[in-house]
Amino acid sequence: MNLKEVLEKTEARMITGESETDRECRGFYVSDLLSDVMGNAGEGEVWLTIQTHSNVVAVALLLNLAAVLFTAGAEPDATTIEKARAEGVVLLATALPTFEAAGRLYRALMEEK
Amino acid sequence: MTTPGMVLHFSVEGGDFAAAGEAASKIKKALRKIGIDAGVIRRVAIAAYEAEMNIVLHARRGRMTLEVAEDKLRVIAEDEGPGIADVDQAMQEGFSTASDLAREMGFGAGMGLPNMKKCSDTITIETVKDRGTKVIMDFNHR
Ligand SMILES: Nc1ncnc2c1ncn2[C@@H]1O[C@H](COP(=O)(O)OP(=O)(O)OP(=O)(O)O)[C@@H](O)[C@H]1O
Ligand SMILES: [Mg+2]
Repeated sequence: MNLKEVLEKTEARMITGESETDRECRGFYVSDLLSDVMGNAGEGEVWLTIQTHSNVVAVALLLNLAAVLFTAGAEPDATTIEKARAEGVVLLATALPTFEAAGRLYRALMEEK
Repeated sequence: MTTPGMVLHFSVEGGDFAAAGEAASKIKKALRKIGIDAGVIRRVAIAAYEAEMNIVLHARRGRMTLEVAEDKLRVIAEDEGPGIADVDQAMQEGFSTASDLAREMGFGAGMGLPNMKKCSDTITIETVKDRGTKVIMDFNHR
């Protein structure tokens, strides 16, 4: 699945990384605990979270994540967006609750197989 | 450990969430530049990030050091701070004394030290109450 499909499935919009819609995502990780993500999210995955502060960008960058998808209407502040742009981290946002967003992505992933 | 060929230092301020992660990010970039294996870089980046975050979360100020030797990478995180009262307890997954504010931000899972242990080949923690903590992590490469 690529980011364009992630955007479609979750009715999300792109906050940064507009040119990266073809980027492949190798999987998904859902968590709001940063050390949990640090220890368990895989390279190239999309991270679903309601945390929006700038440390999220640091985690995504260090792990080479494909993107961060803010769920449940969570909106990053200007600092987070600026940092993501500077570091080339892709940020997406959806109004869907985390469960709904994750569920749709899971279903799409299973249909792909 | 053989004599380090490259040594880099980065200072870290306690409570400075905005800058948190920068030292780990610079360490990652430096290792990429000298062509270290991607899997090793990933382990170092995760461990360095957790060590840096612990200075930001739990100490007043500190310093991160990267030493590159031919066969080994060493990351040292030393700080001036409260020290760790019980290291064995601190190493347990889930143990955390993080503040409410830090927890709201998603820190305080008590997984930082376990992540550091998992990612490094050896980890040594020296700590003195009310003085500070020094964490030394070694990573074999090649
Ligand atoms: N540099 C340090 N100085 C003082 N105490 C520390 C330091 N590093 C760790 N600790 C203590 O050890 C505990 C466990 O650390 P650990 O990194 O595993 O979890 P955490 O930092 O609380 O949460 P997380 O890393 O999951 O965000 C901390 O809550 C703190 O009490
Ligand atoms: Mg920690």
